Amino acid sequence: MGFVSFRGKDIISILDFSKSDLETLFERAYSIERSKTRGLNVLRGRIMALAFFEPSTRTRLSFTTAMKRLGGDVIGFSSVEATSVMKGENLTDTIRMLDAYSDIIVLRHNLEGAARYAAEIAENPVVNAGDGRCEHPTQSMLDLYTIYRLFGDIDGLNIGIMGDLKYARTVASLSYALTLFKPNKVYYIAPPPLKLREEVLKAIEKRGLKYEEYDNIEDVISLLDVLYVVRIQKERFPDPMEYERVKGAYRITLEFLEKNARKNLKILHPLPKVDEIHPKVDKSPYQAYFYQAKLGVPVRMALLTLIFGVEV
Amino acid sequence: MSVEPHRLIVPKIHSGTVIDHIPAGKGLRVLSILKAEKIRGQRIALIMNVESRKLGKKDIVKIENVRLEEDETNLISLIAPTATINIIENYEVITKRKVQLPSRIKGLIKCPNPTCITNAPNEPVKTSFILISRDPIKLQCEYCKIIIGTEGMVLVGKL
Repeated sequence: MGFVSFRGKDIISILDFSKSDLETLFERAYSIERSKTRGLNVLRGRIMALAFFEPSTRTRLSFTTAMKRLGGDVIGFSSVEATSVMKGENLTDTIRMLDAYSDIIVLRHNLEGAARYAAEIAENPVVNAGDGRCEHPTQSMLDLYTIYRLFGDIDGLNIGIMGDLKYARTVASLSYALTLFKPNKVYYIAPPPLKLREEVLKAIEKRGLKYEEYDNIEDVISLLDVLYVVRIQKERFPDPMEYERVKGAYRITLEFLEKNARKNLKILHPLPKVDEIHPKVDKSPYQAYFYQAKLGVPVRMALLTLIFGVEV
Repeated sequence: MSVEPHRLIVPKIHSGTVIDHIPAGKGLRVLSILKAEKIRGQRIALIMNVESRKLGKKDIVKIENVRLEEDETNLISLIAPTATINIIENYEVITKRKVQLPSRIKGLIKCPNPTCITNAPNEPVKTSFILISRDPIKLQCEYCKIIIGTEGMVLVGKL
């Protein structure tokens, strides 16, 4: 079932997948993790094109690592400076070329809907590695996989999502993804100017996700099993003054956690983090974001094998 | 037609399409989104602010010799949800229908989100909106997912 759902498919929105699709992906990721597969050759001769119109560390490098560990090759660019985009070439033509040169395109773009549009142009699969504030589906796949690996289940958990809920695409994708499962409750924590966008709220309501919204983390911290933190997405603020008003609006410290949080609370973060989590938390048992980042490789390996329809 | 014959500003047409029950003041906008090539050269009347039992005041558009099809008139409901379409032959109404929004609208509405791919200056991408609510009308951009109402809606294309 799940196998068929991924094969040759574009990965544009997490809403295009079912719970069983994600479970198939998690099983595949887990078996890849356990087998410590290095130097697999299942994607030998396949080429992945990375088209990163926006900066990235983890997503780009974990896709690269995943493809190389599977025996495939990677081409592409990580900024537009050295490409014909600087000469004025549009996305349409750039995608046409990459589609001709490769077997799969991984696209990150600053404009919302860019991946959906690229998928309409390209014949080969397009993977959305982030389109503006809209979505980042492979991030939410690894976010859920991390929770699944830490707790053995996603159902029944109290999950807090804190920070720039308005502009963080990881929050939108994670929220959509959580509607496929049955967490006990999702707590959204953000100062008023950074609350969830209307379309995300509408989608989670329609899909029956149980959630509550709060202004302050103090009100809910003691209830949480997972706290997913995102940075303020400075680059998406249309008005720099709006950013100035909210920057530094929230920060998690170790003292705060030790005083208020459950002992087994795990903190996730899609990274990069700026100042929203104090560095002391990095070395505490609450920290799970570096583990989460590491799982980006097996999850993306699993995803690529499913898209290309190969066994491992 | 609710206007009495002796009060007609524009006489009945022999054949063509009459768009009736347009909210007063919206007639010009309705006219502006009709396919230019279809109505070019025809006699067209725009009648504004005539009395209406249903609406108080209304606008009417009459187009001679052109029979507007359903898919060409449904989008009028974005501007004039109360509009009715009358197809005229031999001075008689042979078909009367209400306008109803289709479930997907391509290439007509400008997405208000400046960072939507459909607003990128050099990309040949048409906007596409999905109807998510009829009353009130709510549409969602298929690309950037923003939800909009009809208030302040900017129409860029033709029907």
